[in-house]
Amino acid sequence: MDALQEIVIARFNYWVYVVLMMIGLHAMITKNNLIKKLIGMSIFQTAIILFFVSVGVKEGATIPIVSHHGHEEVAGEAGHHGEGGGPAHGADEIDPDDHENPLPHVLMLTAIVVGVATLGVGLAVSQKIYREYGSLEENEILEAMRSTDG
Amino acid sequence: MIWQFDLILLVFLVISAVISLRVKDLLSASIVFGVYSFLICLLWAGMGAVDVAFTEAAVGAGVGAVFLIATVFNTTRRSSD
Amino acid sequence: MKTLGFIVVAVIGALLIYAEGDFPAWGDPQSPASQHAISRHFISQAMSETAVPNMVTAVLADYRGYDTMFETVVIFTAGIAIIGILGMARLTDRESLEPMSETEPADRDMIVINTCRLLIPVMQLFAFYVVAHGHHSPGGGFQGGVILGVSFILWAIARDLPTALRGIRPRRMIFLAALGVVIYAGTGALSLAMDAKLLDYSALQGFLPPAPAGALPSEIMARSHGMLVVEVGVAFTVSAIMFGIYTYLSSMGRLKGGF
Repeated sequence: MDALQEIVIARFNYWVYVVLMMIGLHAMITKNNLIKKLIGMSIFQTAIILFFVSVGVKEGATIPIVSHHGHEEVAGEAGHHGEGGGPAHGADEIDPDDHENPLPHVLMLTAIVVGVATLGVGLAVSQKIYREYGSLEENEILEAMRSTDG
Repeated sequence: MIWQFDLILLVFLVISAVISLRVKDLLSASIVFGVYSFLICLLWAGMGAVDVAFTEAAVGAGVGAVFLIATVFNTTRRSSD
Repeated sequence: MKTLGFIVVAVIGALLIYAEGDFPAWGDPQSPASQHAISRHFISQAMSETAVPNMVTAVLADYRGYDTMFETVVIFTAGIAIIGILGMARLTDRESLEPMSETEPADRDMIVINTCRLLIPVMQLFAFYVVAHGHHSPGGGFQGGVILGVSFILWAIARDLPTALRGIRPRRMIFLAALGVVIYAGTGALSLAMDAKLLDYSALQGFLPPAPAGALPSEIMARSHGMLVVEVGVAFTVSAIMFGIYTYLSSMGRLKGGF
C-alpha cells in the first residue's frame, strides 16, 4: 500500500502528462472534424513538451540565468563556492546544482515554434480541402470523393 | 514550486483540453485552446523555465489561436462532433 | 472506428504509465538528466566561455547553433509551403463559396484603429528590446520575432488586410524572411572562410577591434556578438513568416478580402 501510494502521489504529475497525451491522441484518431484533429495534434505536442521540460527541474534551483547581484550574495553566505575570485561577474565558480538544467529548455524552444509552423501548414491544407469539397467533416469529404471518382 | 498551484493548474489543464475538444462550435474551441496554451505557460513559469514560458505565451496563446480563428472564419463554424 | 481508437489509446496509455514507474521523482537533483556531464558543463562554463549570462541563449545560439539554423530553415520552408498551397490556386469550380466575412472597407471602428495606432509602435520597440536583451534576460530571437510579427498582424486586424498590405508588401516580407536565413547561414559560412569550423564564432575575432587590457579577450566577445547577429537573423525570419502565414490563412490566398 505504501509503495502504491508512493507511485501515485509522488509521480502524480507524470500521470497527468500521460492523460493529456492520450487525450490528444484520441482526438487525432477518432474526431470527425479536421480542425478538431489539428487541435488534438497541438494538445499532443504541448503535452510532450511539458513532460520534457519537467524532466529538467531541480528542487531548490533557480532559473538558468546567471544573475550578478544574487550571485555575490550567495558566494558571501555559503562558503562552498570556491574563493570568490575578483569582483567581476563570472569570476566565481557557478555551482551546477544552483541552476536548472538549460538543455531541455533549448530543445523545447525549437519544438514549440516548429509546432506552430506545422499547425499553420495543416490549417492551409484544410482550407484547400474546404474550398474543394465544401465541408470539413471527414465522412462527408470521403463521400464527395467517392462520388466524384466513381 | 508550490505544489498546490501546480495541482490546480494541472487539473484545469486537463479540463480545458477536454472542453476544447468536445465543444461543437469551432470558434469556442479555438478560444479554449488559447486558454489551454496560457495555462501551460503558467505551469512552465512556475517550474522556472522562463524562456519556454515566454515563447509559449507569444506563440501558443498569441499566434496559434489567431491562425485557428482565421481559418474558422474562412471555412465554417459548425462541427458535427 | 471509435472503439478501435479507444482500445489503441488505452493500450498506449497503459504502456506509458507502466514505463513511468521508473522515472525519477519530481525535481530530484540526483536524476540522470541533471547529473549528466554536458548539462553541468553548460551551467558552469557558459558564462566564462561566451560572456552571456542567459544559459539558454548561449546553448541555443552557440553550442547548438546548428539546430537553430535548421529550425530557421524549417520555419521559412513552412511559410513557403503555405504560400504554395494557398496562393497558387485561382478559384476553380467552387466560385460561389465566399468566406464568411467579406468586409466593407471603410466601416471600421475609430476606437480600435486609434488604440492600435498607440499600441503598435510600443509593441515593436518591445520586440527589438527582447531581441537585443536576449543575452541578459529571458528572450532572444524567437520571442522577439514573434512579437514583431504579431504587431503587423494587429495592424492587419485593425484595418483590413488590403490596407495593411499596402504598407507591408508581401514581396518585401518574403525577402526579409530569406534575408534572415542568409544572415544566419552567412555568419556560419564566414567562420568557414576564416579557416575554422562552421558556426564557430570565435574565428570572427578578426572583425572586432583589439580588446583593451583588463577586458575580456576577443575570442569570448566574438562569440557573444556572433550570437547577437544570428539572433537578429532569426527574428527577421520569424516575424516575416508569421505575418505571411496570417495573410494567406485569413484571406484564403487571395490577399483581397479577409478579416
